Amino acid sequence: MQEQHVNIKGIKDGLLVSLSPTEEWLLITNELGTRIDGQSAFFSGARVTVDVGNRPVPKHELSTLKALLERRGMTLWAVLSDSSTTLDAAQALDLRTSTANLIPGREDTDGSEFNPEEGGTPGVMVRRTLRSGRTVHSTGHVIVYGDVNPGAEIIAAGDVIVWGKLRGNVHAGANGDESAVVCALDMTPNQLRIAGHITVSPPGKRRQPRPETATVRDNQIIVEAWQY
Amino acid sequence: MTAKAGARVVTITSGKGGVGKTTTTANLGIALARLGKKVVVMDADIGLRNLDIVMGLENRIVYDLVDVIEGRCQLRQAMIKHKQFPELYLIPAAQTRDKTAISPSDMVSITDKLRPEFDFIIIDCPAGIERGFRNAIAAADEVLIVTNPEVSAVRDADRIIGLLEANNKGPGKLILNRMKGDMVKKGEMLSPDDVTDILSIKLIGIVPEDENVIPASNSGVPVALNENSKAGIAFRNIARRLCGEEVPLMPVQDTSGGFLQRLSRLFGGN
Ligand SMILES: Nc1ncnc2c1ncn2[C@@H]1O[C@H](COP(=O)(O)OP(=O)(O)OP(=O)(O)O)[C@@H](O)[C@H]1O
Ligand SMILES: [Mg+2]
Repeated sequence: MQEQHVNIKGIKDGLLVSLSPTEEWLLITNELGTRIDGQSAFFSGARVTVDVGNRPVPKHELSTLKALLERRGMTLWAVLSDSSTTLDAAQALDLRTSTANLIPGREDTDGSEFNPEEGGTPGVMVRRTLRSGRTVHSTGHVIVYGDVNPGAEIIAAGDVIVWGKLRGNVHAGANGDESAVVCALDMTPNQLRIAGHITVSPPGKRRQPRPETATVRDNQIIVEAWQY
Repeated sequence: MTAKAGARVVTITSGKGGVGKTTTTANLGIALARLGKKVVVMDADIGLRNLDIVMGLENRIVYDLVDVIEGRCQLRQAMIKHKQFPELYLIPAAQTRDKTAISPSDMVSITDKLRPEFDFIIIDCPAGIERGFRNAIAAADEVLIVTNPEVSAVRDADRIIGLLEANNKGPGKLILNRMKGDMVKKGEMLSPDDVTDILSIKLIGIVPEDENVIPASNSGVPVALNENSKAGIAFRNIARRLCGEEVPLMPVQDTSGGFLQRLSRLFGGN
């Protein structure tokens, strides 16, 4: 096996891309591009943190990397490095340089001051039935007011909520977030994924439709009636 | 859609090939003519024309749609009068020419020329979602989507409905063709319920599988002319519904003569 110069893994709120600190820069950025292109549907929309170790990356190289990701619908969000050259370049490009407080969102901050305003997290609202052949990608949540028909597909980094029948393919927490949830008024997806877990609806006749939620527990997707 | 005066332009489409668009176009043309309507049927399936064969008019073709568009003949010269109905005409597709010979705006201008003189213009759409599909829907006031009670055909119909909606031509009405009552009863085939549950559009007709259809197409005498053909009756009923008549949907019959009770529930409205 060849040694991996590029490592991609899902982290809580995006992707962590680790690039070998020693290998030729051009070679590893090319490899990164190829890897993403091979799975573009999965990566599209992702927020990326790049770890370059102690490699000094000048500003022009970093902006090339930023452009490479943007062309593929991804955002360079933060750069992790021990090199001051790299950190300066990142700051010059307005990128974050630490993973601390990377993410607004699900968790409340340590609550030094009480703020009555609920921040919420961004998402996409689709106000009609998604028919076969349609896809929705989002770096946030997806809400469908309508059905998701067989042959339609939703890929969201966050949660997926369907106010209707879910029969297509859905992938929540697509960047690796195992806390993502999927809920629908009638949950019979062709295929349902949360982060790296996957399940299909049991075959056979549908029972009486009822609202259900899907979450990951003990490393598998559990679907249960919505408690209200 | 803004309603234009004169003929209603109705496009017959499906997404999936071979589900019965041409059969439907020919039979609706005949059935509407039987109701005394002035009708043009138009074959928009450039390169794969066959509406003329199904209508029994193949040997009368001199000019075609592309000849009209490219100015080699007058529109009138490409219109072939039906043998039995003097107010039913066919405009055939070109046999061999390049599909890009026609544009959506050509279809709009041709139908606009025909509108004042006719009641219906029925357009037979090619399979697929490419240029030919866009041409065929460009002038449509209404779209009828033909499907079979089969998962893959329904999937394509759904996709087409999505495209129609995106083009402000949706959602259209559904014709469920080649229904076999006995197979539905045994749970081997999708029922009308199953299909409308997914597509959620209005069903304008269910056409049974009928062994008269293929010989009728081969001989150029569509089943709408056959008083005893089940499919013929179904097509004539669709024509009456298109004209605004309230005709109840026939329950799907199985071969043993029984009825599927669930259908009366589905169509309880009329
Ligand atoms: N109700 C029916 N019962 C039996 N045979 C049928 C029925 N409807 C259509 N057929 C047969 O199915 C075949 C395909 O029909 P048709 O040519 O009308 O489909 P199409 O959608 O126009 O196909 P294409 O996409 O190739 O243009 C033909 O042989 C036709 O005779
Ligand atoms: Mg055809």
